[in-house]
Amino acid sequence: MIRALVVLVTLVTLALPALAVQPDEVLDDPVLEQRARDLSKEIRCLVCRNESIDESNAQLAKDLRILVRDRLVEGDSNAEVLDYLVARYGEYVLLRPRFTAGNAALWLAAPVLLLFGGLTAALFLRRRSRPAEPAGLSAAEQKRLREVLDDDRIA
Amino acid sequence: MTAELGHLAVILALMVAIVQTAVPLIGAQRGWSNWMAVAAPASIVQAVLICVAFGALMWAFVTSDFSVWLVATNSHSAKPMLYKISGTWGNHEGSLLLWILILALFGAAVALWGKGLPLRLKSLVLSVQGSIGVAFLLFLVLTSNPFTRIETPPFDGNDLNPLLQDPGLAFHPPFLYLGYVGLSMAFSFAIAALIEGKVDPAWARWVRPWTLAAWVFLTIGIGLGSWWAYYELGWGGWWFWDPVENASFMPWLISIALLHSAIVVEKRNTLKSWTILLAILGFSFSLIGTFIVRSGVITSVHAFANDPTRGIFILLILGVFIGGALTLYAARSHALRSDSVFALASRESGLVLNNLLLVVSTLVVFVGTLWPLIAEMVTGAKVSVGPPFFNVTFTPFMVALAMVLPIGAMLPWKRAQLGRAMQPLWGAMALSVAFGAFVWSVMTGGSIVAAIGGVLGAWIIFGTVADLAHRVKLGKAGGGESLRRLSRLPRADWGKAIAHAGLGVLFVAIAALESGTVEDIRVVQPGSSYQFEGYDIRLDAVTQVAGPNYTADRAQLTLTRAGETRAVLMPEKRFYPVQRFPTTEAGIDRGWTRDLYLVIGDRQPDGGWVVRSFRKPMANWIWAGCIIMAIGGLFSLSDRRFRLAAGARKARRGATQVPAE
Repeated sequence: MIRALVVLVTLVTLALPALAVQPDEVLDDPVLEQRARDLSKEIRCLVCRNESIDESNAQLAKDLRILVRDRLVEGDSNAEVLDYLVARYGEYVLLRPRFTAGNAALWLAAPVLLLFGGLTAALFLRRRSRPAEPAGLSAAEQKRLREVLDDDRIA
Repeated sequence: MTAELGHLAVILALMVAIVQTAVPLIGAQRGWSNWMAVAAPASIVQAVLICVAFGALMWAFVTSDFSVWLVATNSHSAKPMLYKISGTWGNHEGSLLLWILILALFGAAVALWGKGLPLRLKSLVLSVQGSIGVAFLLFLVLTSNPFTRIETPPFDGNDLNPLLQDPGLAFHPPFLYLGYVGLSMAFSFAIAALIEGKVDPAWARWVRPWTLAAWVFLTIGIGLGSWWAYYELGWGGWWFWDPVENASFMPWLISIALLHSAIVVEKRNTLKSWTILLAILGFSFSLIGTFIVRSGVITSVHAFANDPTRGIFILLILGVFIGGALTLYAARSHALRSDSVFALASRESGLVLNNLLLVVSTLVVFVGTLWPLIAEMVTGAKVSVGPPFFNVTFTPFMVALAMVLPIGAMLPWKRAQLGRAMQPLWGAMALSVAFGAFVWSVMTGGSIVAAIGGVLGAWIIFGTVADLAHRVKLGKAGGGESLRRLSRLPRADWGKAIAHAGLGVLFVAIAALESGTVEDIRVVQPGSSYQFEGYDIRLDAVTQVAGPNYTADRAQLTLTRAGETRAVLMPEKRFYPVQRFPTTEAGIDRGWTRDLYLVIGDRQPDGGWVVRSFRKPMANWIWAGCIIMAIGGLFSLSDRRFRLAAGARKARRGATQVPAE
């Protein structure tokens, strides 16, 4: 029953028309407001499906937007705001996971795959850029060659 | 009665599909041509049966037959006819049947038009195609029957998710499915080639049109989805890196890689084993994509547990087809080696680089999409992977691709001299840098992102033009001679030029939109006006209107510039009572260089309304870029070497064909 309810809530909040930031939330200082907008794009609306709090229409997203702005007004740096949110809600709140031991494979996927693929491709291209060595003669062919060479009739 | 007829047709189709899989396969193994000949008629019969089933389901939707459970839960009598029809595939069961329908139609298309194919290859291809059909029909019949009746039909239905009640989204799924399933043809050809142990240029010619068609459909489908998101979700986003989007994006990227590597097989008879692997990967990503969307497994691991039967079935299908194909590949691919030689600087190397960048970027998207699932299973940690991650990790690959594309496209086969091949491109390079500087100076604040995107996009477009100019010897031969050469250029070459130019347009548009969007949020009293980006915008009134199955607050906003009325926009906030669901309809003044995008929000206690205004530079060029790319694909598809039954009739027609690239 609870599970069904969770699914229902997820479905309802899924892609609600995003009206997001409301006029009364906007800070007077345009620099701070821009920082708040940029930060908001990095923060997940926890009850939504893959939406940042900047896009989401949910009440929780609104609360988080106001929270972010409050922290910024109090003089927090962007990193401090994110730390504060992670301490409260866990890593799940970040749309860009941090580089930690647990997430290393995620972040290293691109460079490692590129390196591995690049090396494979380079080896392949190198092999192809040289004409293939003519294959050596097989034992039977060697034998036949000797026969021909030793044949007095030809010599 | 029609529902039962549909159900019966599905079960019959399953039996026919089993025959289509088994009989030709045995025939091909034993060399019995009469057994092999079963494949073509069987696939046609299967397609007809599934058409009947699909027609029966659509009929139930059109006539609002609420005694069918699927119709009762997904439709409503007051819904407009277009959405009654599109509602057929706006749910799990119906979309699965559509998937199977397209699969069967593709099989029938091979049976009907694949006359030039050797009998053995054709029957093997249709047998593999049939086996995919068996798996999906079993899944449908055993776990997702769309024709289930309910004992006491409700008076009216539950309605379709209002977000899906939109022309853009009505035709988004069929196009995507045409793309996904089109890749199944490349897959079937790859498996057939592995069974036969033979891949040659003729094989590549048979595979390429199917892959091209699949890619064109995917391009259109993804473009439609993005366009829909842009105007429907209310803030003008066009790409969200949502798992569901990534699911369609990964096969798209792989199909581009496959298209390019198949050219190498066709022209140079090398990269064969790699091309087979790409054909397998392309369809594997389609399957994974279908299931990411259908199972909801990405949203939450727990969604999987909601319906274990379906979940396990899904895993089984993935395991059998992907695992089986890769095993067969591992066992057989060594037989496909070739020893053609080419220099490090050559078209072949350029296309290898293209494949490297596309495949690695696809895998990065794949890892990012599945990471929340992997992390939760391995460490139990809940993490999110969203747009900021993908933007950082994916974009560099596309930048690299854009940089090398014009050069690779001009390199000759086998052996090239980089300096000489680059010669016609210096002009293009200078022009694109100039264009970047222009963009940089025009954008307020001088956005570096826009400038870089502008340079790259212009580089691709001008590079394409330079390539064409070089090929027709513009400036070297006389004007008449150049024109004659231009008119003789094979369609495939035009396709290449157009598709590449479309990509360039896409680059410019994305850079402009991402860096130059201007936004304004405010409360406006009816009758008052405000300034935005050189326009006076007046909120004339907000009125309540009633639609066929919704009610809406409709605002009327008049845009004036220098005292002259330029546009009247009517953004709406709709409410669908049956599903208790609100949606927004943005008011958009579309233009060549920008969209003005207005959205109406909530009414405030003081009687004013929240109005959001966006200026979206170059927005429409994103979809124009997609359309241009698709047109390029169609041009290439219409090349005469595909229309001729791929070499079979070549001898009879004489050797007058222009070799296409």
